[in-house]
Amino acid sequence: MRHKTFLWFFLPTGAAMILFIFMPIISVLMQSVYAPHEAVLEEVENCVPLVGCTIETKINQDATAALREAEPLGRFVGLEIYKDRGHLATEEVKAAWAESETWGEFREKLTNLPFYRAMGFTLTFIIFVTPLGIILGLAIALAVNSLHRHLKGLMIFFSLLPMIVTPLIGSLVLFWMIDSRGIIGSALVGLVGDPNFSLKASTGLMWVALIVYGIWHAAPFGFVVFYAGLQTLPKDQLESAQIDGATRWQQIRYVVIPHLMPLVTFVGLIQLMDNFKIFEPIVGFQASAHATSLSWIIYNDMSGETRQLSAASATSVLTILGVAILLSPVLVRTWHDFKGAK
Amino acid sequence: MASKAQRMPRGLRIATSIFIIVWFFLAAFPFFWTLWGSFKVELDFFSIADWTNSLTGERTVAEHGSPFTGRGYEGAWIQEEFWRNVINTFIVCFFVVTISLTIGTLGGYALSRSTYNYTFWLLITALIFRAMPPITLVSGYLLPFFEWNVWGILPTTIIVLVAINQPFTLWMLHSFFKNIPKELDESAKVDGCNQFQAFRRVIIPIMWPGVITTGLFSFLLAYNDFAVTAMLLSESNRTMVPAIAAFLGTTQTEGNVMFAVAAVVSATVPLFILVMFFQRQIVSGLTAGAVKG
Repeated sequence: MRHKTFLWFFLPTGAAMILFIFMPIISVLMQSVYAPHEAVLEEVENCVPLVGCTIETKINQDATAALREAEPLGRFVGLEIYKDRGHLATEEVKAAWAESETWGEFREKLTNLPFYRAMGFTLTFIIFVTPLGIILGLAIALAVNSLHRHLKGLMIFFSLLPMIVTPLIGSLVLFWMIDSRGIIGSALVGLVGDPNFSLKASTGLMWVALIVYGIWHAAPFGFVVFYAGLQTLPKDQLESAQIDGATRWQQIRYVVIPHLMPLVTFVGLIQLMDNFKIFEPIVGFQASAHATSLSWIIYNDMSGETRQLSAASATSVLTILGVAILLSPVLVRTWHDFKGAK
Repeated sequence: MASKAQRMPRGLRIATSIFIIVWFFLAAFPFFWTLWGSFKVELDFFSIADWTNSLTGERTVAEHGSPFTGRGYEGAWIQEEFWRNVINTFIVCFFVVTISLTIGTLGGYALSRSTYNYTFWLLITALIFRAMPPITLVSGYLLPFFEWNVWGILPTTIIVLVAINQPFTLWMLHSFFKNIPKELDESAKVDGCNQFQAFRRVIIPIMWPGVITTGLFSFLLAYNDFAVTAMLLSESNRTMVPAIAAFLGTTQTEGNVMFAVAAVVSATVPLFILVMFFQRQIVSGLTAGAVKG
């Protein structure tokens, strides 16, 4: 295809991506190094006859508006926003490091800082949800594969639901069940025997609930991919393994799992990136008092009356950096594929 | 099907069956439970006294004279005007799917037919764009949209969702077009077509399976989006998902959680139907990238 033809075919989609993905990234980067203007203050001498004169500091509304009009981005502050308490909190971390005697104390102090608190939950979430989702997905795939033909279709249908349904809706559906008045919640209350027992009140339990949601939501993707992989299983290898007297478990361990291994890596990488972005369940579970994520911080900064765009932008840039780190193995692999194909 | 040696021993078969039933229960029960409960009053769905109330609907009978009531739906659809959000959602989804498929097929086709190096870099860029959470872009939209006075309306959101959708659409359609042999358009060109005519007369008639699969995922992206629609739409233009999120804030104080429950069930129904009819396409779409890669 000639360059010119290519350009015409690619122009609409290219323009859409440049205008609404590339430019916003630049805009986010710019905003993260500018802070809103502070109000312009002026000193006014206020004289009352007989009492005397006092000097008052007032906000000059006109000058403030004019300044904001002239430089809508705000004042340039460099990396200040990244270093402040709401983001990387370099000063606070240094202080905490110097003051803490033990690791536990240092960790304790870190979790008081919003960014590290969010990272703490996100990492825990990733560590549990990614492998458990893969294992559950694999188990479902193996089990469904052994079913009768007619049941397979039905099981695939229901297995897809937790993944396809809107994350906010899925998390609400689960949240209403684990609410202390919902069916699972009240069963737990009965089990514990404490009428005041509530998932919502405990950080640990809320984390467990979010992780359970995460696995519920993630397992179907692994299931579908592994199930498709099982359809292309090398029959002859399985048969020769059987002739050699391999047990069922050995067949799975030495034939099926190696065959699915590339898919496991694929699913793992996709899930890793997905779990890093966790956001809707925190809103749905109303869990922000116990668990936050970078995406939730961005959302929280932007919603509400005062939209803190500079703060949200800085967190956005940090999130993009995080995604880039997670994505790098995929990029390296694509590069190798590309070179191999040439 | 399975050879004799493949047949499972009895114990394993039972264990597998139990596992399947448990998973079936985990996957499906929450939805059926919520559907059932959406026809009850709040004190039944969230029953402190006795959980069987939510099955029998004791309070619902006391209040409405029958174990089922449409009060939650009435409240959500009529009182809170949820139908507006439903219409908005379908407008957004319709335009997002049509526009992103139109420009996506052109781009994806070009990427699959060009042999130059830059196609690789374009695909890599698309992959990076695809991996970024949409919410990280939103703070970049707000200032310009306020400035141009286009914040809060549906067309803006549609264009933004189309753009966010493009990287995925391009990848999917690119790999799909790769499987259509180049010889087809070559021979059309020999017969005197130019590139666009070859695309229109030869490729379009046979590309539908791939386009339908891609379209389904575009639809799901637009339908399920929360981050972009919540931040970019004004209150009167909200789609379903941000409307449900807003319900939670307002209804809980008024004791009308059931409105939110009814809205959640209403928003799940189209997805159920979609999965029912397009199960095969969804499965093939999900595995397309994986099995081949």
